[in-house]
Amino acid sequence: MKDIKVLGTGCANCRNTVKLIEEVAAEKGVAITLSKVEDLPEIMKYGVMSTPGVVVDGKVVHAGGIPDRAKISSWL
Amino acid sequence: MTLIRQPATTAGWLSLLAVGSALWLALYQNLSPLAESLIGGFGLDRRTHFGEALHFFFYDTPKVLLLLTGIVFLMGVVQTFFAPERTRALLSGRRQGVGNVLAATLGIVTPFCSCSAVPLFIGFLSAGVPLGVTFSFLISAPMVNEVALALLFGLFGWQVAALYLGLGLLVAIVAGLVIGQLKMERHLEDWVQQIQRGEATWNDDGSNGWPARFAAGWRHVREIVAKVWPYILVGIALGAGIHGYVPEDFMASFMGKDAWWAVPAAVVLGVPMYTNAAGIIPIVEALIGKGAALGTVLAFMMSVIALSAPEMIILRKALKPTLIATFAGVVATGILLVGYVFNLVL
Repeated sequence: MKDIKVLGTGCANCRNTVKLIEEVAAEKGVAITLSKVEDLPEIMKYGVMSTPGVVVDGKVVHAGGIPDRAKISSWL
Repeated sequence: MTLIRQPATTAGWLSLLAVGSALWLALYQNLSPLAESLIGGFGLDRRTHFGEALHFFFYDTPKVLLLLTGIVFLMGVVQTFFAPERTRALLSGRRQGVGNVLAATLGIVTPFCSCSAVPLFIGFLSAGVPLGVTFSFLISAPMVNEVALALLFGLFGWQVAALYLGLGLLVAIVAGLVIGQLKMERHLEDWVQQIQRGEATWNDDGSNGWPARFAAGWRHVREIVAKVWPYILVGIALGAGIHGYVPEDFMASFMGKDAWWAVPAAVVLGVPMYTNAAGIIPIVEALIGKGAALGTVLAFMMSVIALSAPEMIILRKALKPTLIATFAGVVATGILLVGYVFNLVL
């Protein structure tokens, strides 16, 4: 099971990113655990400078803006 | 928006852009006749109040939307060359002075959203960008933005847009220099001070061919224009009302050059407002037509955009109150000076 975290302080783009990942995962029938990291010190530990950022299994794969569907599906 | 499939090749994009630009130009050059014929179609005359207001609306709305689309697209493409990581690398280890100028300039072309102001701020500091230089970036990035520039260009002409650009940069550079001189590093929140050295950094090595850059430009247009057009419409409608109905020189008494208190009042009024530039600028244009002074109005706009209460609340997570107050005070002073100088010179 993939562990996915969305890093962001709660702006609209962050919420949309979470929703989009849920959608793509459901479409592909992949089981994931999705969580949101809103705590700033926690976000900074990943070294991300622009939110929303996405972490898959502890590794940063994306930062800044909503990722597109193709990119999301390549992580899954 | 999926009427046309996005081209996958550079040639495909270029031909699409050629067609798009031709259409854009044709529309842009015929705005006034189009507006005339539209109000003519309603059986109205420009000499009536209502006709004049309507002409203002039908002329300005498409003009501003066209300019916005064009400028935002170009900016979206340019921004693909300046990821925050790249900008940080360019700024790290710079001295005060040169660093501030560079930071303020990069603030224009680096993609920035106020919701990631804090991660960006800390990311810069942890890579050895001096505090004052970081502030120059943080002030310039939201204030000198493409939406404000596009609207100023559309409604006031390129001179005012250029002036706003130059003065915005100046405020950002000088404010950053002052904050740097004050040596306020200890007024960062404790967790920020601890994080400062040697944290993991992440670099986007995503493929960046031209098709991807053009696609990013188009995505930028969709994001920004979709967010901003209702404000523009409301702003222009209100502006049109003012334009058609408010008597000439009405604003001169309390927003004119002679009212010394007008500039500070404009700055203070701007702080709690967080409408993006889009809604404010059309109203401002109409007010100027009625005798408001340009310096006062520019000060108001800068204050609305650069000193917003919500952004201060976000920054409060990383900065102690003293530093926030200093930041607000220094920027407000800069904007005040801009307002007064303008009113004096013009």
